[in-house]
Amino acid sequence: MAQLHFTQNLRRHTPCPSYIGDAPTVAVLLNDYFDKYAGVRSYVLDDQGQVRHHVKVLVDGVNLRDRAALSDALTPDSEVYVFQALSGG
Amino acid sequence: MSDRIWVGTRKGLFAIERSTAGWSITDAMLLGDPVTMLVEDRNGAIHAAQDMGHFGSKIKRSVDSGNSWEERAVPQYPEMPEGYEEIDPIHNLPVKWDLRTIWSLENGHRDRPNELWCGTIPGGLFRSSDGGDTWQMVEGLWYHPDRKNWVGGGADFPGIHSILIDPRSADTVRIGVSCGGIWVSEDGGEKWDCRGVGQRAEYMPPEQAMNPAVQDPHCVVQCSTNPDRIWIQHHNGIFRSDDAGDTCSEIVCENPSSFGFATVVDPNDPDTAWFIPGVKDQQRYPRDGSLVVTRTADAGETFESLTNGLPQTHAYDLVYRHALDIDGRGERLAFGSTTGNFWVSENRGEHWTQISSTLPPVYCVKFSSSP
Repeated sequence: MAQLHFTQNLRRHTPCPSYIGDAPTVAVLLNDYFDKYAGVRSYVLDDQGQVRHHVKVLVDGVNLRDRAALSDALTPDSEVYVFQALSGG
Repeated sequence: MSDRIWVGTRKGLFAIERSTAGWSITDAMLLGDPVTMLVEDRNGAIHAAQDMGHFGSKIKRSVDSGNSWEERAVPQYPEMPEGYEEIDPIHNLPVKWDLRTIWSLENGHRDRPNELWCGTIPGGLFRSSDGGDTWQMVEGLWYHPDRKNWVGGGADFPGIHSILIDPRSADTVRIGVSCGGIWVSEDGGEKWDCRGVGQRAEYMPPEQAMNPAVQDPHCVVQCSTNPDRIWIQHHNGIFRSDDAGDTCSEIVCENPSSFGFATVVDPNDPDTAWFIPGVKDQQRYPRDGSLVVTRTADAGETFESLTNGLPQTHAYDLVYRHALDIDGRGERLAFGSTTGNFWVSENRGEHWTQISSTLPPVYCVKFSSSP
């Protein structure tokens, strides 16, 4: 089961507890999460469903490659972190 | 007469209120995040637009005068069609259909108390018919073929900073675009025309300088009791319209300058308007470090410089386009600056009282319409 964690800075704006789920890709994992925590979606994704310009997503320590469709594959042991990118100030 | 002013800043929203002891800051709300725009709706709720930086733009609403806030829907751009690409005409880079900044929030016509309008960067106009619970894009404007010619003015992408709902018709809407000029819809947003003939753009080649669609009106305001009168603080000076924005005349105010961002018009006298000038157009600070509000009372024939109570040495305050407001009776004015200073006048600018010198940079100022 993949794990999903969010920067604590996001908790100031909306509840976003960590999550464990079974998903083949980052897109599926996040969509499952947004089904439970709908308020988080617009903080992470833009109007086109892509990762916000100044949001950073790491999968097993590596920056997300497909920021548009979030198709990066997950393993059962994957860890996904959603952070603020320092490019955003 | 309004005894409360809402002030959106780089670091939150503040209430400034008048008591028997005078004006003072009485509340600090939504601290830490920029409040780029706000509106008090016709039912008394306050809608504050926040720019969350990394996490996008949000809107919070308070129905109890700012004591509590709840996050509400934000305008959302439509899904871009598969394979479609829009190219910014200046940078030749793709334009993403994505809400960047909420730049204007306005009430609908008085006959539609639940209607709100929202102007955004990169150029989308949105309307809510349910007090901000949901927003719908004004598609007639977004899909207008000439909309794609708009370019950024002070930002990478174009934006709608002024929304004027005509008091005579709830379906007549005018908007000011930086940079894209003045656009008008007379059918509630279905069809749009670019108007504003007579504006002049020095930043364009001579043969394009008078093209209405390339203009950069910084702020457009309309006299509520005489809606044919519109005042424009433009990038290249001051313009006045006597036919609700269809045509414009350039007004010269050399002392100290015609450059600026903010303007307001007396709701009861279309010939009286106020401006806060700066050195044009790259430097943008008060000439000689002397902060001045200019006022015309004769439709732009002459201007007075109002300085009583304002700093006249080493003042480097810039006043953004939404950071000057006038109350509904046309007697009180208030403005805040990028330096965090804030002034109020209770006599149409004859005298100004400094309320604070320590606010964050001020983005928007709105007199409350509540008693």
